[in-house]
Amino acid sequence: MERFTKNVLCCILLLISASAKAQSQVEMADGMRAEGKIYVVVAIILIILTGFILYLAILDRKVKKLENLLTDKNRPGK
Amino acid sequence: MKNWLKIVAVALLFYVHIAGILFAVPRLNILNETIRALYFHVPMWFGMVLLFLLSVYYSIRYLRNPLPQHDYRAVEYANVGLVFGILGMLTGMLWANFAWGSPWHGDPKQNGAAIALLVYLAYFVLRGSVENEEQRGRLSAVYNIFAFAAMVPLIFIIPRMTSSMHPGSGGNPGFNMYDLDSRMRLVFYPAVVGWFLVGVWIVSLRVKVRTLEEEILEIEHGKIH
Repeated sequence: MERFTKNVLCCILLLISASAKAQSQVEMADGMRAEGKIYVVVAIILIILTGFILYLAILDRKVKKLENLLTDKNRPGK
Repeated sequence: MKNWLKIVAVALLFYVHIAGILFAVPRLNILNETIRALYFHVPMWFGMVLLFLLSVYYSIRYLRNPLPQHDYRAVEYANVGLVFGILGMLTGMLWANFAWGSPWHGDPKQNGAAIALLVYLAYFVLRGSVENEEQRGRLSAVYNIFAFAAMVPLIFIIPRMTSSMHPGSGGNPGFNMYDLDSRMRLVFYPAVVGWFLVGVWIVSLRVKVRTLEEEILEIEHGKIH
């Protein structure tokens, strides 16, 4: 009986470790994360995003200025 | 557009671009790290559909009450929506090249999306071909309603009825396949909202520019006569 329980337990543990191994076998950029190089990628993306948003904000201000200019000067019927 | 909404949009996008790269994602064969493309590719399409929906809303308002402002909004929402759609198409092709083996697979969802984009391109062709302002507004508003009605089955219904490799169609599960623990939703939905709000921001600027253009033309017209 003891031998049987041992065998079953052994099988279950084997299955668990096999499935865990199968999961970690899927190739991901783990090395890049471990080395911290992923932060370089994040920084580059953030620079582009910041630039893009800043440009949009400046454009927004420009359009607003243009709007005010037209309101002050000879707007017909308003 | 309110300033606080712009700040919300920018904050969401910053969060998405950091979390989209750094947060854990399910480890899946074939997809590997490209699963993160979902955070950037799919929000383009969601954004496009939402912008087109607003475009139809203003087209209907224009038909009920033909104010030029409604017409401008309808056009600009469709315009920015189309840009989102083209970006979604390009990112999708790049992703398909990696995951499916080639950029164009004749996948029903891909074909449907391409046809929908062409239908919307024709909207701008139609606008460009009518001189009279009121006629142009009315014709294009009616067309816009039909274009939206064509887009919904092309993107959401037909791909689900046939076999397709695209997730969310042809018996393939949508996000359920990926986010077993909803980790991805935490990044994906903010991405949709963030990009959609940026789209609305650009629309608001384009509507302002168009309004100014019309006012300047009016002034010029007054000077001549």
